[in-house]
Amino acid sequence: MLSFQEIIFNLKQYWAERGCIIQEPYDIEVGAGTMVAETFLRVLGPKPYRVAYVQPSRRPADGRYGDNPNRLYKHSQLQVILKPSPEDVIEQYLGSLEAIGIDLRKHDIKLEEDNWEAPTLGAWGIGWQVMLDGLEISQFTYFQQCGGIDLDLVPAELTYGLERITAFLQVKDSVYDIDWTKDFTYGDVRYNDELQYSVYNFELADIPTLWKLFDTHEGEASRLLKLYNPKSPEKKRFPLLPTYDQVLKCSNLFNTLDSRGAISVTERQAVIQRVRKLAVAVANAWVDQQQEVVQ
Amino acid sequence: MSLPFLLEIGTEEIPDWMIPSALENLRLLFEKLQIPHESVTLDATPRRLVLRADGLPARQADSEERVMGPAKSAPAQAVAGFARKHGVQPEDLTVEATPKGEYYSLVKKVAGRATRDILAEALPSLIIQIYFPKTMYWTGKGGPRFIRPIRWIVALLGEEIVPFELAGVRSGALTSGHRRLGAREIAVTTADYEQRLRDHYVILSAEERRKRISTELQGVRVKPDPALLETLVYITEYPTPITGSFDTQFLALPAEVLVTVMRHHQKYFSVEDADGNLAPQFVAVMNIPSDPEGFVRDGNERVLLARFNDARFFWETDQKKKLAGRVADLKNVTFQKDVGSYHDKLERMAGIARRLGGNADAERAVALCKCDLTTELVKEFTELQGVVGGLYARVQGEPEPVWTAIYDHYKPESMEDSIPRNLGGQIVSLSDKLDTLTSCFRVGLIPTGSRDPYGLRRAAQGVVRILVEGRIEIPLHDFLDSNQALLDFFADRVRFYFKDVRGFKYDEVNAAMAAGWSNLVDLEARLQRVQSLRFTPDFEPLAASFKRIRNILDQAKWVRTSAQGIDPTLLDAGPEQELYHEYKSIAGQPIEAVISKLRPKVDLFFDKVLVNAPDARVRQNRLTLLDTLLSEFSNIADFSEIVTNS
Repeated sequence: MLSFQEIIFNLKQYWAERGCIIQEPYDIEVGAGTMVAETFLRVLGPKPYRVAYVQPSRRPADGRYGDNPNRLYKHSQLQVILKPSPEDVIEQYLGSLEAIGIDLRKHDIKLEEDNWEAPTLGAWGIGWQVMLDGLEISQFTYFQQCGGIDLDLVPAELTYGLERITAFLQVKDSVYDIDWTKDFTYGDVRYNDELQYSVYNFELADIPTLWKLFDTHEGEASRLLKLYNPKSPEKKRFPLLPTYDQVLKCSNLFNTLDSRGAISVTERQAVIQRVRKLAVAVANAWVDQQQEVVQ
Repeated sequence: MSLPFLLEIGTEEIPDWMIPSALENLRLLFEKLQIPHESVTLDATPRRLVLRADGLPARQADSEERVMGPAKSAPAQAVAGFARKHGVQPEDLTVEATPKGEYYSLVKKVAGRATRDILAEALPSLIIQIYFPKTMYWTGKGGPRFIRPIRWIVALLGEEIVPFELAGVRSGALTSGHRRLGAREIAVTTADYEQRLRDHYVILSAEERRKRISTELQGVRVKPDPALLETLVYITEYPTPITGSFDTQFLALPAEVLVTVMRHHQKYFSVEDADGNLAPQFVAVMNIPSDPEGFVRDGNERVLLARFNDARFFWETDQKKKLAGRVADLKNVTFQKDVGSYHDKLERMAGIARRLGGNADAERAVALCKCDLTTELVKEFTELQGVVGGLYARVQGEPEPVWTAIYDHYKPESMEDSIPRNLGGQIVSLSDKLDTLTSCFRVGLIPTGSRDPYGLRRAAQGVVRILVEGRIEIPLHDFLDSNQALLDFFADRVRFYFKDVRGFKYDEVNAAMAAGWSNLVDLEARLQRVQSLRFTPDFEPLAASFKRIRNILDQAKWVRTSAQGIDPTLLDAGPEQELYHEYKSIAGQPIEAVISKLRPKVDLFFDKVLVNAPDARVRQNRLTLLDTLLSEFSNIADFSEIVTNS
C-alpha cells in the first residue's frame, strides 16, 4: 500500500516523465494551486509550458479544529499544467491514476460536467469533476480565460485532491488516519495546524488588523501597478511578480476575514471586485511585459 | 445504387443534459443538406454523437443547363469563340428566339456531383453548427468551438471514407471503445459499427442502456426517478447498477436531506421499504459491466458515509441557533443589490401577507421562512432551501400550519410541481413571489428573451397556479404595484396558463380576459362557461353578430355615456322593437339560458334594420340599443373576440 508521500512521489515522477517541470510549493499562502504564478501567469501568452507541483491550499472557512474526518483548513493539491493540452490528455490523466495503483478496469470512473470559475482571478474554464467510485478525486479544466484575457494556447489544468485520493487508496475513513509514511500518520504531522489555525481563523484573528493588512497590501499592489510603463525600454525589469505576491496576500486575508464572519454577504461582492481588479491588472501587464516594447 | 451513411463525432465527455437536443439539432442540419435518403437514426453516448442514414445515392442526378451565347447577328468569330469555350463545334449550337431577338444557345449536360464530395464539403461546418448552450475552444485562440474537444471522426459512405478535416482531426474509419475496457482504435464498417462498439464495451443505443439499468433495478424497490435515469443513461457507455447500503442510524435524519445527498450529489437512486419509507440502501450506476470484487460498492458506500456525516454535523450545528434567532442575521444577506436584504424582503412580504388575509400562523411563517438561508445545511444543499426551514421549524416546536407553510413556500418550482398543500403555505408563497416580482420590476429587472436570471417567469407562473388551483379570490391587479410592464407580463403568464397548460382555445382566453382578469378564479369559471357555450349551435352565429356590433360601434366612433338610455318611442315596429323587448325580458339572466331565444332576434334585426338610419336621433338610439345588448353579455367574455367561421 502506498503511503501519502509515495503517492506524491509517483505522481511527480509520472508527470516528470511527460515533460513537466517539477516545482516546489509556492511560499505565499494561497487558496488553490491555480493562484500560484506558475499557473496564473504562465498560462498567459503564446509560450508552451508544462509544470507540476504540490500546493498546500488554505481555505480558512473549511477548518474544523481537526475534528472532521474529511474537511481541512489546509489540504494538498497536486497541480499539473499542460500548455497546450495534448490530444490524449485524458488518457494521460487516467494513466496517472494507474501509476498510483488504481486498476481502472475494476473501478468506476466518470467525468461529470463541472465548469470551473475563479471570480477573484477573472479566470474560468470548461471541464469536469472526475468521480472515482462516487468520490470526486480531481478537477479537470480546459482554461479559456485568465485575468479576463482569452488564452492563446488552451492549457489543461489537472488538480488532484491528494488527501482524498490517499484516504481512498488506503481505505481510511478519516484523513487523519492516513499513513504519511509507514511510521507517521497524517494526524501526527498536521493535526496541530488544523486545530490552531481553526482557533485563529474563527476566534482570535483581529478583524481591524486584518483589514489594515488588506488595505496595506492592496495599496502596495496598486502603487506598483501605477508605475508599470508599457513603453519603457526597461519594462522587463519591472517587478510584476512581487506585485502579484501582494495580490495573493490580499486574497488570503479576504478568505480569513470571511471565515471570521467579518464580511457580510452584501460586502462580499465588493471585496472580491477589489482583488479581481488587481489580479486582472497584473495579468494584463504580464502579457504586455512578455512582448517587446512597441516604439 | 443506394448507400448507407455513418457519421460519428468522437468527443470527450459531453454533459449528459445537452445530448438529446444536440442529436435533434444534428438531424435537422443533416436534413437541410437535402441529400435523398430513406431513414435516419441518431444515437449518442457521452463520447460520441452518431448519425446513420440509409439509401443515399452515390451521385446526384445529372441535369441539363441552357447556356445563352452571342446574338445570331454576331460575327462568326464570336460564335466560334463561344463554341470553343464550351468544347463544341459552332454547328452544334442551336438558335433560340428570345424577346430580345435570336441568340445562339447550347444545352450543357451537368454531371451530378458525387454524394461523397457533397458530404466532404458540408460536414465540417455542419458539425460545428450543432447548437450547444456553452462551447469552448481547444486548438488555440480563434480555433473552432464545440461543446468539448473533438478527438476522432468516423465518416463512411458505403465502403468509402468521406474525407475531410476538422479541428486538426481527419475523418476516417476508426472509432474508439470504452475508455478502459475497449481499444483506442477500432476499424469499423457501416455494417459492423454497432457490434464492434459492443465488443469494446460501448452500448450505442440509449434505449438499450436505459433498459439495462431498468431491468437490473427490478429486484429493488427503487424510488422512480425518470430524470435521474436519463442522466445516468447519458453519462455512461456501459451502465450497470449496483446496490449499496448505509447505517440505519442515519435514518434519524430527515429523508429529504438523505435523498438530496443521494440524488443530487451522488446520482444514486434511493430505495423504499414495503411501507414506502426510506430504506438504508441505494442504487448507483457504474460505467463498467461488473464489480466482482466489490470495489465500486465499497467505495460508494464510504463516500456516502462521509457525506451523511457532514449532513448530520450541519443538522446538529444548525440546531444550536433557532430560526427565530436568525431573523436579524438576514440583514446581512442580500436579496438583490438594488432591492435590499432578505430582512427587507421579509418586511415587505409581511405586508403582502396581511393584505392577502393571512392569519397569525401565516404571519409567523413569513417571519421565519427565509431564516434557513443562514444555516449550514442550506449553504451546503441550496436546493433544500425552504424544506430545511420547514424541518427546523418542526423540530423547534412551531405548529403544523407554520412549519408546513415554510416547508412549501418555494412551491410550485415547475409546471409539474404541486402548489403548497394548505392556505398558509399558499399565502407565504404568494407573498414571496409577488414581492420578488414587484421589487424586481420596480428596479427595472425585467426578463428579456431567454434571459430571466431571477426566475420571474416561473414566479409569476407560480402565482397564477396558486390563485387558480388554490381557488384564492383576490384582485391580483391590486398587488402589482400599478406597474404596466408587470401587468402585461402577468397577462402573458395567465394566457399561457389557460391556453397551453389548461387547453382553452386562444380566442376563448382572449374573450374571457377582455372582460377582466384580476380575479383568476372568476376568470377560470367564465372560461369554462365560454367553452361549454361554444358547443351550442347558437353560439358562433351570436358571436359573429357581436363582432358585427363591435365593428358598427367602432365605425360610428361610439362612446358610451351613462346618460344615454334607449328611447322606446324611437324604435321601429317589427324586428327592432322585438329585439328590444327580448332584451328587456332576458336582461340579468345568464347567457346560457337565453342564447337560443336571443339569437333569432339579433339575426332578424340585422336582416331587416338599417342601423345607419338617416335620422340622427334614430341612428343614435339604435347604436345605444346595440351597445346595451353587447355590454349586457360582455361581463363573462367579450364575444366579439371569438374567431368564427362565418
